Amino acid sequence: MLTIKGITKIFNEGTVNENIALSNFSLTLEEGDFVTVIGGNGAGKSTLLNCVAGVYGVNQGSILIGEKDVTKLPEYKRADVIGRVFQDPMKGTAADMGIEENLALAYRRGKIRGLGWGISNKERQIYKNYLSHLDLGLEDRLSDKVGLLSGGQRQALTLLMATLKKPRLLLLDEHTAALDPKTAEKVLKLSDQFVKEGNLTTMMVTHNMRHAIEHGNRLIMMHEGKVILDIKGKEKKDLTVENLLKRFGQASGEEFANDRALLS
Amino acid sequence: MLQILLGAISLGLIWAILTIGVYITFRILDIADMTVEGSIAMGAAIAATSISNGMSPYMATFLALLGGMAAGFVTGFLHTKLKIPALLAGILTMISLYSINLLIMGKANLSLLRMNTVYTPLENLGLSSTNAVMLFAFLSVLIISGIIYWFFGTELGCAIRATGNNSQMARAQGINTNNMITLGLVISNGLVALCGALIAQSQSFADVQMGIGSIVIGLASVIIGEVIFGKRNFLNCLISLVLGAITYRIIIALVLKMGMPANDLKLFTAITVAIALSLPVFKSYLRPIKRSIKGGDL
Repeated sequence: MLTIKGITKIFNEGTVNENIALSNFSLTLEEGDFVTVIGGNGAGKSTLLNCVAGVYGVNQGSILIGEKDVTKLPEYKRADVIGRVFQDPMKGTAADMGIEENLALAYRRGKIRGLGWGISNKERQIYKNYLSHLDLGLEDRLSDKVGLLSGGQRQALTLLMATLKKPRLLLLDEHTAALDPKTAEKVLKLSDQFVKEGNLTTMMVTHNMRHAIEHGNRLIMMHEGKVILDIKGKEKKDLTVENLLKRFGQASGEEFANDRALLS
Repeated sequence: MLQILLGAISLGLIWAILTIGVYITFRILDIADMTVEGSIAMGAAIAATSISNGMSPYMATFLALLGGMAAGFVTGFLHTKLKIPALLAGILTMISLYSINLLIMGKANLSLLRMNTVYTPLENLGLSSTNAVMLFAFLSVLIISGIIYWFFGTELGCAIRATGNNSQMARAQGINTNNMITLGLVISNGLVALCGALIAQSQSFADVQMGIGSIVIGLASVIIGEVIFGKRNFLNCLISLVLGAITYRIIIALVLKMGMPANDLKLFTAITVAIALSLPVFKSYLRPIKRSIKGGDL
């Protein structure tokens, strides 16, 4: 489904601040795979997602979604097949626009935007229905500005927007990191539900080892721009945090350098 | 006094078109677009030159609209394709328009005295020139507001609003933000040039200098409108813009009447805008916002 072939991403190339975020990185996802991506600070997790989404171009290598080479496509064109949720709850929605307007924008992802109405009455019913599944009471606040919502509500809405038009690939970039633990659990539960219902191929970056272990059918751990652990199937099911930490030490020869991951 | 007031209202109605244009860039796209200063004079230059060469005033005004749209496109191209910061891109277009406007007119100013303008048919119906301008400007503002209200409710219009509000989100939803910014600048400067064309015809001359300070006047009108007449929804905003532009003209007419030298006008306007834009800072200084953190579910 997703084929990443030997991509390299270097920031500030040729300067003293040169930083190799991804080096000759390869990864292949099957249809319906739900991969959790974990790693220390600066391991290249977010860079990876941003390269797949087209926020950054890559220095080397290629990225294929299905059979289609998207390496040179700009971000907005890749959005036709990619749904995204960001770490910052403010980034995934337009604060000064209504809930229904945000959903209507997402509903038209991959379509040519013309001079038809930005939102129709028929759609409103559909959105109402979807929103009621979130169980946050948003279905009665269709025209409220998104800026009025809490971080968790906005993140749930972004999740709905990312999946409203079924994407071929769903990218979740530490999408619960900015939320309090209770809210984070709820958003994660919703993510699981959406992924399952749509059988979506998903990459979820997280700093939380427990989340990485509990969710998805495959786990990759990154270190210095490379995959150092790739755990799937039954082996993934039996994984524990202690076990994962030990294997990280063996694979990288270092202690796991992410306090947040250990504390949560 | 009544005459002064009516004059201010008719002038305000024409400037309302520019105000809508400035609102599109300043509020919807979140860009301070300096192109305005050049494109208003460009509209005037195109209209005046075309009319004095015997073209129909309506056709001339339409050409002015197209000219302004082209100016907006250039700024959009400089900003989105060549990655020049928006403010500087606008300044570059503005400065180059100064020369271009001189080229269009062939001299620094052009008189339209005793020539047919878009207001002439109304004057022929027996309206005084002030009333003719007022009626024509009112109808223009009505039609333009209607089109703008409709447009920003369409898929394309919503995409422009999303771009100005959160460009990262817009791209993630498949919106070509570069094109949307350019399109916004094109529409905005088209309106500004249209305003310039109508001003030139109402005052019977076009001047290459007439754009100086117009962006500040536009901003003053936007802010006065929002503060006094509200911004609850888009329709309310549009009405506020028009009333804001008129209010600005009435204020200016009154301070001039009270004896302020005309030369101080731009200083007065700039100070007004500076104060209005800094109001949020003063407010938070005098009355810190109380934040309450609610715990719990989402």
